[in-house]
Amino acid sequence: MEYPRLSLDGRLFILSTTLLELKNITKTFPGVKALDNVNLKVEDGEIHALVGENGAGKSTLMKVLSGIHPYGTYKGEIIYNGERCKFTKITDSEKKGIVIIHQELALIPYLSIGENMFLGNERGKKYAIDWDETFNLADKYLKQVGLKESSKTLVKDIGVGKMQLVEIAKALAKNARLLILDEPTSSLNESESRALLNLLLEFKKKGMTSIIISHKLNEISYVADQITIIRDGQTIETLNKATDDISEARIIKGMVGRDLTDRFPKREAHEIGEVMMEVKNWNVYHPIFLEKKVIDNVSFNVRRGEVLGIAGLMGAGRTELSMSIFGKSYGTQISGKIKINGKEVHLNTVKEAIAHGLAYVTEDRKGNGLILPNAIKMNISLANLAEVSNKQGVIDTDKEYEVAKDYKKELKIKCPTVEQHVNNLSGGNQQKVLLAKWMFAKPDILILDEPTRGIDVGAKYEIYCIINQLVEMGKSVIMISSELPEVLGMADRIYVMDEGRIVGELDAASASQESIMECIVASQNKKGGK
Amino acid sequence: MDKVKEIFKKYTMVLVLILVIIAFTIGTRGRMLLPANINNLIAQNAYVFVLATGMLLCILTGGNIDLSVGSVVCFVGAVGGSMMVNGKLPIWLSMAVMIAVGLAIGAWQGFWIAYVKIPPFITTLAGMLVFRGLANVILNGLTLAPMPAQYLNLFNSYIPDFFHVEGFNLTCMLFGIIVAVVSSVMSFRGRAVKISKGYKVESFSSMIVRLVIIDLAILAFMFKLSQYKGIPVVLIWVAVVILIYNYITSKTTIGRHFYAVGGNEKAASLSGVDTRKVFFTAYINMAFLAAIAGMITIARLNSANPTAGTNYEMDAIGSCFIGGASAYGGIGTVPGVIVGAILMGVINLGMNIMGVDANYQKVVKGLVLLAAVIFDIVSKKKKA
Repeated sequence: MEYPRLSLDGRLFILSTTLLELKNITKTFPGVKALDNVNLKVEDGEIHALVGENGAGKSTLMKVLSGIHPYGTYKGEIIYNGERCKFTKITDSEKKGIVIIHQELALIPYLSIGENMFLGNERGKKYAIDWDETFNLADKYLKQVGLKESSKTLVKDIGVGKMQLVEIAKALAKNARLLILDEPTSSLNESESRALLNLLLEFKKKGMTSIIISHKLNEISYVADQITIIRDGQTIETLNKATDDISEARIIKGMVGRDLTDRFPKREAHEIGEVMMEVKNWNVYHPIFLEKKVIDNVSFNVRRGEVLGIAGLMGAGRTELSMSIFGKSYGTQISGKIKINGKEVHLNTVKEAIAHGLAYVTEDRKGNGLILPNAIKMNISLANLAEVSNKQGVIDTDKEYEVAKDYKKELKIKCPTVEQHVNNLSGGNQQKVLLAKWMFAKPDILILDEPTRGIDVGAKYEIYCIINQLVEMGKSVIMISSELPEVLGMADRIYVMDEGRIVGELDAASASQESIMECIVASQNKKGGK
Repeated sequence: MDKVKEIFKKYTMVLVLILVIIAFTIGTRGRMLLPANINNLIAQNAYVFVLATGMLLCILTGGNIDLSVGSVVCFVGAVGGSMMVNGKLPIWLSMAVMIAVGLAIGAWQGFWIAYVKIPPFITTLAGMLVFRGLANVILNGLTLAPMPAQYLNLFNSYIPDFFHVEGFNLTCMLFGIIVAVVSSVMSFRGRAVKISKGYKVESFSSMIVRLVIIDLAILAFMFKLSQYKGIPVVLIWVAVVILIYNYITSKTTIGRHFYAVGGNEKAASLSGVDTRKVFFTAYINMAFLAAIAGMITIARLNSANPTAGTNYEMDAIGSCFIGGASAYGGIGTVPGVIVGAILMGVINLGMNIMGVDANYQKVVKGLVLLAAVIFDIVSKKKKA
């Protein structure tokens, strides 16, 4: 077996040269200039980070580079390894060793890891796949990325974190020399993310060049040698780790074009009132593996006008907890008590939950939140159609339009009209539509599950402002977030969850990232000691 | 230019329909537009309009189809036929029983689909076999005819003319004028109300163009019917079904739920939409409309026979997809589906007049269906 792209001599051979240069790339879509004279220079053997707000043009640029937007549909030139390239399809760029790993994982769940890795790159002959070689090779690459799973394991049986590693192994199997990772850690927890970043650093030692797109700036400061900032389709600047300041604050300044001294907006001093909702001894079992307890005797409360943060690692059970409360939309054999405003309520369907003033804003806006092929206004009204229709169920479409228009203005949703379909919006604007929908449902208690996942710094700030408005109006907000700074910056009080249990309650004023992690570690240790 | 493109995109199938009509008019040397043929277009295709409307709701829920409608039409017809012809039972009773049978079938299939999550394709494939078989059992494999004259009157007759002008049904023409005027006035009033409330309205010129085209189409159509025997009663049935369902899908919360479930079932469910109820409604409604189509069919054939309704499901499904419904659900409108059904009907009629071999007719229809969906998908890709 040969690994020419990773070999040490290969690195010596191409030491300190420019591997890739994108010159004056301009790409227009009907009506929009997505990229405007973008220049990017990637040195051989470095990790180059590409940062920018959502919609800044990072993904478009990578699509140009990998041939998804074929040669001729853009202006400018791609010079790779000293050669002018005219990629017309993905396989063209892959042949040269440019491999892109997309944000949405592209693995097929019911095929094995090995089958997935060599999909489109099959070993053996066209009419006779050599399965022995396939699985043998797959195992080798899996070892390189630090996975112990057999390559015959089905993809559906491994976690998201491991899937990301399988994607990387798949790229290695294609003899990648330039690896492009689009938000590789967006669905990973902290330890998984760290492991993945370390893997990249290890590859770098072997001569691999990587381009990484990420919103997580701490990770970028950790791995990147150079950072190129893109804003509104233009390259703003390239920072070098050796010579420039690459602190988070500095990067953010470049991204938004201004100093963002306050990442979290200040809340007007307001009173935190009496207990709005109280959940007691809440137990939930897994819907398929019936003997598995997903939520274990959880009790908590949230007060009027309070932002309650729920911190924890991925898989701690936070989403399961909120969905099981929200009209039993997750889990089986649910037991426990819910009191709203001191009165016990039974929320057996989503409809009842909404009627009792609950709203659940999902973490998966595309999968569970929005009706993508429908207009913005239809999405906003969906959870509260009664408000825009008469008793017979006839919708007043004019009123619906007005409502949507008001929210468009209030939440600064960027769109030509509210008749536009949601799938044409950027992530941040989709999130705002989702928020608008649940605000229109007129809830008293909003559960926001990862409300700022995958959206840019500017949009995040706006979402924080909306959260502040909500609690100032006397509503309760339960904010689930995997980003500790966000929980600390926004919440009044924090619960820490681990393995389906609440393992700590902290006052936000005195809490820190360390104290939250301590709760989790203590819980993990206790489990290990059992 | 952009505006023209947009109009072209929005009304593609209408433009295609116009082109097809022109082509057949030339191909048949004008016979295509003879009043009797226009009348036949309605009479022959009444069942398609009714079934396609119901099928749209099924398809909206996520590209699900109902394969059983042809068999249900036959079964319901068999029940009604044996009651009226063999049992000499009153017509109103027979019709009530036919509707009840349709609802029962719909509840049966809807239950399995909505509450037990049996895939609709399989449930209705089973229904297709079961109800065809049961229809044959009831009919003993024989054809029951003729239907009572009173019953035929309910579907096959014409609205009587009050003016008795020789060779021209003035009632029909007046009715057409009234419909055109009323629909125009309602458009203007709706616009005025919107303006008074400060809402956004379409531009005056585009509304005028749209109204003129629609009114001209109505008037030309009614003029042709006036030259024949006037308004066929079955047109009233079809028009009522279309109007009701157009209203339901575009204006009511239950209609909106269909689009939501088809667009993203999980999101709809987390928004408090009872998705099971939506599926159940789609299939019970489909069988209800199949019962109506069954009534129309036995009247049109003047008999209940064991092969009635064969391939009706394909006509309905084809009309929906030609009319712009998405095979993945969540997209499609009643007017679109009606245009699709008319297009199919015009092609059928035109080829019949031209004397095209029946086997080639099938080939053409198949290719039209494929072309429509290809066009739909390709044009969407370009947009993205």
